[in-house]
Amino acid sequence: MELVLSILVGVLVAAAIYLMLARDLMRFLFGLILISNAANLAIFTSGRLTTGAPPLITPGSDFPAEGAANALPQALVLTAIVIGFGLFAFALTLTLKAYKRLGTLDTSEMRVAEPRDDA
Amino acid sequence: MSWLLSFPILIPFAAAVIAFLLKDGPGGRWASVIGSAAMLIASMALMTNVLSEGVVAGQMGGWPAPFGITLVADYLSAVMVVITAITALAVSIYAMADVNARIASLGYHALFQVLIAGVAGAFLTGDLFNLYVWFEVMLIASFGLLVMGGSKEQIDGGVKYVALNLVSTILFLTGIGLLYGMTGTLNMADLARTVPLIENQALVTVIAVMFMVAFGVKAAVFPLFFWLPAAYHTPAFSTSAIFAGLLTKVGVYALMRMFTLIFVGDIAFTHEILLWVACFTMVTGVLGAAAQNDFRKILSFHIVSQIGYMILGLALMTPLAILGAVFYLVHHIIVKANLFLVAGVAARIAGSTELKRIGGLYAHAPLLAFLFLIPAFSLAGFPPLSGFWAKFLLVKAALEDGHGFVAFIALAVGAFTIFSMTKIWAEAFWTPHPDNVEPKLNRLEKRMFWPLILPIAGLAVLTCFIGLFPEPFVQFAEGATAQLLDPTAYIDAVLGGAE
Repeated sequence: MELVLSILVGVLVAAAIYLMLARDLMRFLFGLILISNAANLAIFTSGRLTTGAPPLITPGSDFPAEGAANALPQALVLTAIVIGFGLFAFALTLTLKAYKRLGTLDTSEMRVAEPRDDA
Repeated sequence: MSWLLSFPILIPFAAAVIAFLLKDGPGGRWASVIGSAAMLIASMALMTNVLSEGVVAGQMGGWPAPFGITLVADYLSAVMVVITAITALAVSIYAMADVNARIASLGYHALFQVLIAGVAGAFLTGDLFNLYVWFEVMLIASFGLLVMGGSKEQIDGGVKYVALNLVSTILFLTGIGLLYGMTGTLNMADLARTVPLIENQALVTVIAVMFMVAFGVKAAVFPLFFWLPAAYHTPAFSTSAIFAGLLTKVGVYALMRMFTLIFVGDIAFTHEILLWVACFTMVTGVLGAAAQNDFRKILSFHIVSQIGYMILGLALMTPLAILGAVFYLVHHIIVKANLFLVAGVAARIAGSTELKRIGGLYAHAPLLAFLFLIPAFSLAGFPPLSGFWAKFLLVKAALEDGHGFVAFIALAVGAFTIFSMTKIWAEAFWTPHPDNVEPKLNRLEKRMFWPLILPIAGLAVLTCFIGLFPEPFVQFAEGATAQLLDPTAYIDAVLGGAE
């Protein structure tokens, strides 16, 4: 299972980087979603993946049963998903605003803050 | 104990809530100023405590470390929080006049306080994932502040700022995940203990470089700094000033923390990279500044160049070098924020930040000229101002460590800094105004004068004070250095004091 997810993370990162290298801002944003999901999956995987072993502590014991998945990374991923969602919503709004105000989504055409004839 | 640690974070959050509720009237800006002042008092109390006890640590929610979230203040954290509060106070007073009613009613002062809370949280946390959360708090607040007003330049700069910072955030998060997978802990003190025990140290170095890139983007080091000069000259002046003072320095702080506490296994490799990064950052920043013709753009590139000095101190990793870097960090925040505040007043009375379109400030506003000279000379490293001691310590450290070439670069960059400061001085202050405007200070509205001038004067006095009496500050930085290079006290305070 770890192997499958590791490969998936690799594929996601590769696709994300390909998208993020594009000049189009929308493609960049799609890349951003992919890479943030890849990061979340990587954390998820780092907490051990098992089937049918809930991380429950039986009465009288201090630790969950041997081989159970670590629940903390899953909590971390939840936090990261929420934060990532908020940031992405902002980035999307900003992109929309940029398209309305600047009339383009081509990053190499966005030169208002750094005009070409600066010197 | 833990209350003392959490007050510098809780107070700005409380101020943010109040400022948001009162955003349509003058109450919003007053809430921001009072919140900053209260935070300054709280951080001073924390500082006193740290000075008497060494490292102060507290566990949030009563969970013992390394399971709960730790807040911890050593000398470096404490001084960074104090300096954050000082800058916040200065800029929030300035913002009373600088931010107009329209922007204020969008919630400017509330976001400003959220930003400060994020910065203070990042300085005080002892938990890696918590650091990530504080970075996000800081980031989302800074996004808002940056594009507030919605001019074309702001949107353009904002897109680049947001894009690169989000990428860095994801790298940071991935690094955290991998490190947790290898060690099973997120507590920074616990990591310092467990990371050296990992068998595969090569993998640790890979993760270290991941963190280096993530924090490198935040700190705006070469070759990751491009978002900074694209964005910092676009928003309101008070926003520029607080960004310039604090945001990149959080990245530098995080680098210093991680690469003195946790990633010290392969110094020959990681710190060699940092050394070259530092040199290139210094040089590209100062050359970029030389090519600019706008008050704020020149200052923005100077931030990049100055970050190089701090990274240089970290890269050399000798006691004197770290001492220099800590001193530089504190000095730089005050000076840089102040220069942006001066730029704001200059633009207000002379009409622009483009150097070709302004002038005559020396003849008509000598007070402002004087107030510009102090931070400008300090930035360039003139004795007896604070920048001189900062540069002196770093250059001496580089020479003692046998890095003559690096010392030469640091000195040459200082000379170039003077060159571009002279450019601002000549174009904005000496030459007459191209439109024959007389940029007198009394062109400012009466109610604006004190809120704009007072913070500039206050920060300038602080710069002179550090410059004239460097002894206590150097001694303090020595203490901070000792704690950074020998983190036993830090680790014991976090893990030992946990009941």
